[in-house]
Amino acid sequence: MQKNIICVACPMGCGVTVEIADNGDILSITGNTCKRGDAYARTECTNPVRSLATTVKVNGGIHNVVPCKSAGAIPKDKIMDCMAVINAAEAKAPVSLGDILVENILGTGINIVATNHCPAK
Amino acid sequence: MLNYDIVVIGGGPAGMAAALKAKECGVDSILILERAETLGGILEQCIHTGFGLHYFGEELSGPEYADRFIQLVDEQEIEYKTDTMALEITDNNVVYAINKVDGLLEIQTKAVILAMGCRERPRGALNIAGTRASGVMSAGTAQKYVNIDGYMPGKKVVILGSGDIGLIMARRMTLEGAEVKCVCELMPYSSGLTRNIVQCLDDFNIPLHLSCTVIDIHGKERVEGVTIADVDENRKPIPGSERFIECDTLLLSVGLIPENELTRAVGIELDPVTSGAVVDEYRETSHKGVFACGNVLHVHDLVDYVTLESQTAGEGAARYVLGKSKNAEYVTTKGVNGVRYIVPQKVNIKNDGDVKLYFRVGQVYKNAKIVAKYNGEELIRRKRPRLAPGEMEDVVIKNDMLKNFAEGGVIEISVEV
Amino acid sequence: MNYDVAVVGAGVIGSLIARELTRYNLKIALVEKCNDMAMGTSKANSAIVHAGFDAKPGTLKAKLNVEGTAIMPEICRTLGVPFKPVGSLVVAFSDEELKTLNELLERGNINGVPGLEIYDKEKLKEAEPFISDEAKAALWAPSAGIVCPYELTIAAAENAVVNGADFIRNFEVKTIDFNNGNFRLSNGENEINTKFVVNAAGVYCDEIAALIGDNSIHTTPRKGEYMLCDKSIGHLANHTIFQCPSKMGKGILVTPTVDGNLLLGPSALDIEDKNDVATTSDTLADILNIAKKSVPCLTAREVITSFAGLRAHCDRDDFIIEPSDKNSQFINVAGIESPGLSSAPAIALYVKDIIIKAMPADEKSNFNPVREEPVRFRHMSNEERKALIEKNPAYGRIICRCETITEGEIIDAINAPAGARDVDGVKRRTRAGMGRCQGGFCGSKVVELLAQELGVEINEITKFGGNSKILYERTK
Repeated sequence: MQKNIICVACPMGCGVTVEIADNGDILSITGNTCKRGDAYARTECTNPVRSLATTVKVNGGIHNVVPCKSAGAIPKDKIMDCMAVINAAEAKAPVSLGDILVENILGTGINIVATNHCPAK
Repeated sequence: MLNYDIVVIGGGPAGMAAALKAKECGVDSILILERAETLGGILEQCIHTGFGLHYFGEELSGPEYADRFIQLVDEQEIEYKTDTMALEITDNNVVYAINKVDGLLEIQTKAVILAMGCRERPRGALNIAGTRASGVMSAGTAQKYVNIDGYMPGKKVVILGSGDIGLIMARRMTLEGAEVKCVCELMPYSSGLTRNIVQCLDDFNIPLHLSCTVIDIHGKERVEGVTIADVDENRKPIPGSERFIECDTLLLSVGLIPENELTRAVGIELDPVTSGAVVDEYRETSHKGVFACGNVLHVHDLVDYVTLESQTAGEGAARYVLGKSKNAEYVTTKGVNGVRYIVPQKVNIKNDGDVKLYFRVGQVYKNAKIVAKYNGEELIRRKRPRLAPGEMEDVVIKNDMLKNFAEGGVIEISVEV
Repeated sequence: MNYDVAVVGAGVIGSLIARELTRYNLKIALVEKCNDMAMGTSKANSAIVHAGFDAKPGTLKAKLNVEGTAIMPEICRTLGVPFKPVGSLVVAFSDEELKTLNELLERGNINGVPGLEIYDKEKLKEAEPFISDEAKAALWAPSAGIVCPYELTIAAAENAVVNGADFIRNFEVKTIDFNNGNFRLSNGENEINTKFVVNAAGVYCDEIAALIGDNSIHTTPRKGEYMLCDKSIGHLANHTIFQCPSKMGKGILVTPTVDGNLLLGPSALDIEDKNDVATTSDTLADILNIAKKSVPCLTAREVITSFAGLRAHCDRDDFIIEPSDKNSQFINVAGIESPGLSSAPAIALYVKDIIIKAMPADEKSNFNPVREEPVRFRHMSNEERKALIEKNPAYGRIICRCETITEGEIIDAINAPAGARDVDGVKRRTRAGMGRCQGGFCGSKVVELLAQELGVEINEITKFGGNSKILYERTK
């Protein structure tokens, strides 16, 4: 199987082609112009991850929501599932930047943490 | 009448960095005026990550990046007034501002740092035809509704403009359950970062239509759809390429304009390309003692560069206040052959440091060279594998080069392919 | 509810008529199908007070234009509405058009227009330094002026309400019955009973008349598109600059507005759909090109918004202001196209006379003609501002930065008699969102203030009523 990826390791945006065997082994990586491109393409084909930033509902705060992010990268295919968990979560004001709002989301080992303060109303 | 050495107008990343640097350089009497309820500026609603990679070496969200500076402003006990709008700067550096608590403020200051940021271009500037139904808003307005207020501004969304805010909002709306039908970009390339195209559009299978624009908006009360069309090389719609897309919301991410109403009113010279002030290497404007930095000076791609520039302006204002400014003998800078603009527009050759010139190119180049010349004589030649309008470039003019310049000379930067 | 007079349509005509009638001991209803007044022709027109030389002598248009223009400055003063007596110029570019100027001059003299004068090229250039070098001469009309048409409408309606009229919004008249000398207006849910009906429904006046079986009115919506330019080029026209008129109207004009912007337009296109106020890119391009014939240095760069309005063009080619043949208690005020705004104050008096003649009533002793001008922070000196904020801190917070509009002004607009209920209503009353960023910065704050003052959630706030909501539900 062949997979085409745009490398985002730097602003160059190289088009990288990855040949993947049926058993999932990477056979070749071409089109990248540096080592970072190789590494990026490898991760994208085996275990693509993303950081997630969204909001969590706050009760009693000056705003309805407080912004949050995943404290580390989470598997790309779990993003929408994580959103469902985060959308169901609620925090109580005051919330401080860095507060853990969802612990170990979906067993990924990653916490969802507040990225701003939300004082009580 | 209040008295300060430096008044900073705007408490976003630019204003805070400038104030902190001025303090570090030995000025204690500083006041920041911020029109919002908190310091932080537009970063407060930019909840996505990707800020601070250059400056802090880590990936922060907008509010986190802002918070680091807010903490420092507090630690350094720099005074600030929020919910306060500056209305006027007079010729002799009196700043008029208002808020609910103090009423009308009259502040005499030695130096002013303009750090008001920028605003989004509205629909009117594009003259998109169609109805005036509700559901057309700038991407930044939608960002505020979603990220701060916690309300959905739409469910089926078309985004016009592939600048970073447009791309970020495509992902943001999708994450919150909206269907983003497509992003249309008038130009044949996106002005957004490649990373954002991959992670905000490709990840969610949102189509990006290049050389394509919205030519009509439908719907009497709420938007019911838009007509999009491909455009030719003159950016004119191609007859026959029109198609209707059903949507309830059109988000516009079609450019940013430095917010220079105050600047203009003082009579400060503006650069027609940047729409910001003409400044020297310390970001001093044509009006003595008035400095400008951040997006009010020119629209930046990364906040990290806003911080660095604003530190330069803060240092400049401090030198001015402390009487350390050098007599000026200026050379000017000029972008030619693919270079749209350069900031600063002039450089004092009596300056005793190196000077970094920031600039933007007008189109995408691969494997090009950046060439800097002084009065026609080549100074610097650098290879660049990729140049794009969305990304700011820089070259450094070393101090020993400056020393050989003469007042009235011209530094030109060009792209060679 | 029972009324003596129900005025259908809260445009500039209906609102001024309602106000005029509140001078008497009569119960007045001002009935509007939209969420606010000035939602039709009155919000999107050239905002010109014409001198009165265009209309054919002997017509109602000619008579009421000259009369209306004469009393406009006074009524604007009384109602606290900006009016500027800038005067107008009709510019001739050819010998043919020079003849037209003389015809207009002659007609104007017959109509009783004061002060008309032909300017030669030199004098024209002096009056308008940015006028095209191709311009040969112009007809100068000093009595012409500019006014803010929706502010005039709002002020008139507010003043009518203060003097006892009821402003009934969101009431679309769907049926009208007549029994025992009384009309019953229904929107399908609620009813209004009234002795007299004034049909001031603008482009819908034919449909309203048809509800009582009066099919004598034939109007065609004529669409006019406009472009509004930034204040930074407001100096390009000192007066209203017309080109020579044609069959479709007075052509594309370039005019200052009372707020210092520059307005270009209108186009003229007869259409079918009375809701169609969409702008079209071809027309906007045409407008700019034609406007450049007058003022060549105009560019698209300074355009901050564009809009379209409909005017009710009538096949009788004159205003129709008379009791209906079908029912003498039903007064048609139809076909009010240009110079409708200029004539509006005179039309109000004319209609008042018809009604008072048919239904004599005493004048009220406590009628208050004055509507205090709202606070306009942007026009104040720093001393005035200081005193104002000390009195009410809400004036110490700027909401619309482009136009310098304060929270206090917006709250005033919402809480005024017949106050704003939606974002566009706030915009028309205060100018918040009318500047160069077009609400990008203040839009969400105006929504918040509306929600706060009206006691609702922010996602219930609309742009202009109906289904024009700004926001859907909470994200979470």
